[in-house]
Amino acid sequence: MKKTSRRDFLKLAGATGAGLLACGAGSALANEGLQVNNEELGMLYDATKCVGCKACMSACKRVNHDYGSLSYEKAKFDEDGLWDAPSDLSGSTRTLIKLFKESEQRWSYVKYSCMHCQKPSCVSVCPVSAMTKEKITGIVDYNKNTCIGCRYCQIACPYNIPKFQWEKAVPQIVKCDLCKSTNLREKGISACAEVCPAGAIKFGKRKDLLDEAHQRLKDAPDKYVQHVYGEHEGGGTNHLYLASMPFNKLGLPEIKPEAPAEFSEKIQHTIYKGFIAPVALYSTLCFIAVKNMKKHESHDDDHKKGDK
Amino acid sequence: MGHSEEYQKLEGKIFTKSFFILLSVVLLGFYFVGVRYVKGIGAVSNMSDGYPWGIWITYDVATGTAIACGGYAVAILVYIRNRMQYHPMIRSAILTSMFGYGLAGFSVMVDLGRPWNAYNFFIPSKWQANSAMFEVALCVMAYSTVLILEFLPAILTSIEQSKWDRMNAIRNWLHPRFAPDKKTMEDKLEMVRLGALWLKPRLNKVLIFFIVLGITLPTMHQSSLGSLLLIASTKLHPLWHTGFLPLLFLLNCIFIGYSIAILESIISSYSFKRPFEIEELSGLASLIPFVTVIWLSVVIGDLAHRNQIAAALKGDFYSGWFMTEFVLVAGGSLILFVKKCRRSARWLFISASMIVLGGALYRFNVYLIGFNPGQGWKYFPSFAEIMITVGIVALEILGYKVFVALFPVLPNMDLHGAHKKKGHAKKHKGEQSKPLPQSEAAAH
Ligand code: SF4
Ligand code: SF4
Ligand code: SF4
Repeated sequence: MKKTSRRDFLKLAGATGAGLLACGAGSALANEGLQVNNEELGMLYDATKCVGCKACMSACKRVNHDYGSLSYEKAKFDEDGLWDAPSDLSGSTRTLIKLFKESEQRWSYVKYSCMHCQKPSCVSVCPVSAMTKEKITGIVDYNKNTCIGCRYCQIACPYNIPKFQWEKAVPQIVKCDLCKSTNLREKGISACAEVCPAGAIKFGKRKDLLDEAHQRLKDAPDKYVQHVYGEHEGGGTNHLYLASMPFNKLGLPEIKPEAPAEFSEKIQHTIYKGFIAPVALYSTLCFIAVKNMKKHESHDDDHKKGDK
Repeated sequence: MGHSEEYQKLEGKIFTKSFFILLSVVLLGFYFVGVRYVKGIGAVSNMSDGYPWGIWITYDVATGTAIACGGYAVAILVYIRNRMQYHPMIRSAILTSMFGYGLAGFSVMVDLGRPWNAYNFFIPSKWQANSAMFEVALCVMAYSTVLILEFLPAILTSIEQSKWDRMNAIRNWLHPRFAPDKKTMEDKLEMVRLGALWLKPRLNKVLIFFIVLGITLPTMHQSSLGSLLLIASTKLHPLWHTGFLPLLFLLNCIFIGYSIAILESIISSYSFKRPFEIEELSGLASLIPFVTVIWLSVVIGDLAHRNQIAAALKGDFYSGWFMTEFVLVAGGSLILFVKKCRRSARWLFISASMIVLGGALYRFNVYLIGFNPGQGWKYFPSFAEIMITVGIVALEILGYKVFVALFPVLPNMDLHGAHKKKGHAKKHKGEQSKPLPQSEAAAH
């Protein structure tokens, strides 16, 4: 009898472990690669053209003020709230221009906002589908009416983009939605791209933006770092960058070409594909447990127990 | 049928001094919970957009549920490995699990920014099967329900046998003021009792299927708790970010579960002044090293495979935390390899504590310490944040103390305590044919 139960245990260990072990090994297997859709909408930001006027920031707030409950951020000295002085992206600011200074001579502006990933981590992790990626436009959008505020999207986003309204009793996640329900719907272009006086933001389809970016790299090889940031990062993003300085110095993280969501979803799928593993585990365990119970009862016949 | 055969209530008063101390801690915690709902999470916590998960998720959910895995670990042993001699331990283990998971659920509600939208978990069109959190949430909810069902027999037994002393006392106290008259009240209580009598045998018939569900669900969600961090490939330190996270979390909760079952038994024996259950404990203890050895080898093998051994030995901040975690688990297990230590309550206590601490530290490392969202972000929990967590833990202990007094949870002393040998021979003749803990250790 002892032997049987040990064998059962090994069987069980096999059932539990196999799926998990397989996935650990599976993760090392080659990435099937995801389909990049170059028809999606996006923006090309050219840091060498940006003059730092921040017209894009204020246009963003003006247009999205009500919709995304973006508020103007007070500066510390500013008790009346007359100034908008965000120091970073936040629950009140969807896009931000920063100035990076390497030295007195060498500096660059950089614009932060959601990258609208081809395979967004935030969408992959959201348990209630509050983050979604639109099929045709590729816009990664947020729905506050389904969001439970778990902030998993913040953990998952490699660019640290989704922001949470920490100071509110009724908070929400805030991030760029490419003016989906505001400027884009009304005028067919995001507000920041529309107002930029220097032509630093180009709005359009990803494939056109990529062509344009590579053309600029070719035309002025000395001016640019020869890399289109976002072309391959994390499976590709629809928000693309050109700059004259290394991108990691501008606060854009170095990210491998595989989308982080591919890696995690593959493991999750290996374990839960079609729910086969959990069901198999449950039935195996039931089988063993019921058998053990029977065995136990037959031994226990003359000592019936009221309390199981 | 003697219902008190295997389990018994704890005799003694409920409203002791420690009860009120715990209660005041709980109330302080709840005060801050109130503040959080009025003024927002930012008002009580130090969490930020860089560290959106603080100790509520790290401790209450990720670590707390592992510590609550005693019920799970002991259930595997009893029902799957067919070691019925551990059956007496299962109720207290399940009770702890029930509080652990219930309060993890509660703290999630404190942590969620928009809890009123949580009903979306029950709307299929909103389901997002890619999300490890979706899986964790559903499993944890289901498991909490299963735990209540598993505990129900204890409550039913208690209702059946109750003479309603306390209820009568309350009623007598209420009587001149608002209580319904004595007769209706008695009738109602009798109805409840009959209901319990009716329900119990029916529940007992199907209970095994819930028990097995109670083994399957933690297997799923404990591994998914590890999967949660898989996606943070750029933020979690390579010492901890690996495709084996789900497996490591699963093994981790099992050895924490057995160690907690040991600690719980030692602590309650000590504080309720009951004899130690050394026989059972040493048997449990002999199992732990088998799980920890697998865990430790996966950790090392994986680090070697990913060329991270150097990072582990580097001596910096991260390697320091890694080494601490590793040494606690490995050291605790080493002690348990010594047979003499397995039979001493003191050494059992020390090694089980080390393993629980190391195992818990592993989860902290994955969720907080090894998590680095980039330059400029810092996190250390605020006083209010800590107090909410401490309040929740206090509520767990409080609940446990009250429940063991109200319901038959602890092993019956006549059978499993001082007069164990005699009791065993008499009542558990059938079970004697199964190997005893010592021979089990030898069998491996
Ligand atoms: S940048 Fe972050 S928030 Fe934006 S789509 Fe990608 S993962 Fe989501
Ligand atoms: S915080 Fe909201 S949007 Fe983000 S993952 Fe959670 S539910 Fe989804
Ligand atoms: S509006 Fe154009 S030039 Fe002005 S800060 Fe924005 S991107 Fe730069």
